[in-house]
Amino acid sequence: MSLTRVIERLLQLIPVLLGVSLIVFIMMAFTPGDPVDIMIGDQNVSAEQEAAMRRDLGLDRPIHERYVIFLGNAVQGDFGQSFYHRRPVSEVIVERLPATIELTLVALLIALFTSIPLGVIAAIKKNSWIDRSATVFSLLGVSLPGFWFGILLLMVFAVHFNLLPVSGRISYSNQVEPITHFLLIDTLLRGRLDAFWEALKHILLPAITLGLPMTAILTRVTRTSMLEVLRQDYVTFAEAKGLSRRKVMFRHALKNALIPTVSVAAIETGSLLGGNMIVETVFGWPGLGRLVVESIFVRNYPLVQAAVLFYAVTYVMLNFTADILYTKLNPRVKL
Amino acid sequence: MTTSFKPLRTGRPKFDPNSIFWRNMQTFANNRLALFCAFVVLLFVFISIFAPWIAPHDPNETDLFRRLQPPAWKDGGTWAHVLGCDALGRDILSRIIYGSRVSIFIGAAVILVATTIGTLAGLAAGYLRGWVDTVISRVVDILLAFPYLIFAIGLMAMMGPGLGNIILALAYKEWVIPCRVVRGETLATREQEYVEAARALGASDRHIMLKEILPNILSPVVVVSTIRMAHVIILEASLSFLGLGVQPPTASWGAMVADGRAFILESWWVSTFPGVAILLLVLAINVASQGLRDAFDPRFQQ
Repeated sequence: MSLTRVIERLLQLIPVLLGVSLIVFIMMAFTPGDPVDIMIGDQNVSAEQEAAMRRDLGLDRPIHERYVIFLGNAVQGDFGQSFYHRRPVSEVIVERLPATIELTLVALLIALFTSIPLGVIAAIKKNSWIDRSATVFSLLGVSLPGFWFGILLLMVFAVHFNLLPVSGRISYSNQVEPITHFLLIDTLLRGRLDAFWEALKHILLPAITLGLPMTAILTRVTRTSMLEVLRQDYVTFAEAKGLSRRKVMFRHALKNALIPTVSVAAIETGSLLGGNMIVETVFGWPGLGRLVVESIFVRNYPLVQAAVLFYAVTYVMLNFTADILYTKLNPRVKL
Repeated sequence: MTTSFKPLRTGRPKFDPNSIFWRNMQTFANNRLALFCAFVVLLFVFISIFAPWIAPHDPNETDLFRRLQPPAWKDGGTWAHVLGCDALGRDILSRIIYGSRVSIFIGAAVILVATTIGTLAGLAAGYLRGWVDTVISRVVDILLAFPYLIFAIGLMAMMGPGLGNIILALAYKEWVIPCRVVRGETLATREQEYVEAARALGASDRHIMLKEILPNILSPVVVVSTIRMAHVIILEASLSFLGLGVQPPTASWGAMVADGRAFILESWWVSTFPGVAILLLVLAINVASQGLRDAFDPRFQQ
């Protein structure tokens, strides 16, 4: 795939992103509850002051002008002020981002390292008890509501066995000076193994909860594609050549079987973004998802707007990456 | 031109046990597990319809003497309140029974609205092509760019809570899925000979879309909508869990799980049982719809 094709595909994203920004803008522009009223609250403000605030926020302009201004500001990363924090929205979001990214990545790792072996073994030992349990597991994984599964894990591992913490990223006594803002990395860089261990214990349950649906889906995808590959002539041929089964599996079959897994994983990483809100709420994880949920209840709309836009753009970029990965890995598909 | 066209088929087709539809239904009926799960789903529907007669108590009746009363088989539990009581002393079993109404009604309503809109839009895009297709496909692309739950949360933040608003918030994006399926099937079907024959006989576009193409692409639509139903029920429960769903005191499973969060140290039953109800219903729908898909989609028949 040539570079020009990639650029062409990137250009095709522009109308989609414009549409996304328009929808997000409309969503918030028609939200009941006037932002100026919310900012004023119960303070005493004269009509002139109120009009001035309205002018400052650009709320006195016609709606299409407001969209153009919103878009122009958004491109520069300016989403206005968070009413609640009295700071720029982008600043608040950036602050919460590392916690969410760290959680998402650990969930992704857990999903990949569980689903691939499970799917491969299920395919190799088709119809065995392992295969059947893998099928039941993937069915359960997509049927379990994440918020409930998280609470169950808390009840068992945090409350009943008292093995893992109930909420948060790390305890106050173990805070470390941030470098990357990813606690698992920072604690290691500072040489604080005890703090690393604690951060790991904090992230385990939320990451398992977040990664469960993805693990279930990837297990099924890996199993199906592995079964398909095992039926191919070149695998039979490799076996006929007298290669060991292990060699056939790992050097020939697995490499091709993982193509769909990788691209589905990229797409599903996007749906982890939605799961973040639920999981962060259940586990009191101080990330972006929980911030969005809290912001809705205090009517901090600029923040909700920016976050929804941020999630959507990330999602589009992940899907784009999935497309590119798929074509890169699979020479038979032409973009 | 359109007036001269008379459809060849008159009246309803007679019952034919050898038709593809009935053969597929038989394949489905042979799948014992799927059949059982379909039965479980129907049982949930039955419970939700007849909730006032089935529920042992008023779901909103509070009694602080029964606050956090454990289930019957635990110390302090009584058989009058089999699954125990919540923090306001309300009977959990009765609330689960009434809560099934919210889940099933919203699930069914969203799927019905989304499937109708999606099917019509997909037919129009796939059959008419041209600018209609361009516009619909662009809108679909844009809606697909939003993670589902985040889109619904944004809409709920904007519209405020309420039954109608949840249905709208979920249907706004859900119609995209049947739309894509129908568009694809229509694109393949519009080149078939019988469609061409109808066109040659002077049938109107509307007639071709609704009378010729639609009946022939209905089974994938039905399969997809049953699979999606499970998804929508989880989404509704997630919104309720976050406090953006049906508002209290109306019992909904997601909100009941959320209520119990504060008591997981002592009273595990408050959160656990509503979650079991969600899991059972969603699992049953998933297995039954997979059975339907295996029976109706030739690509899955081996």
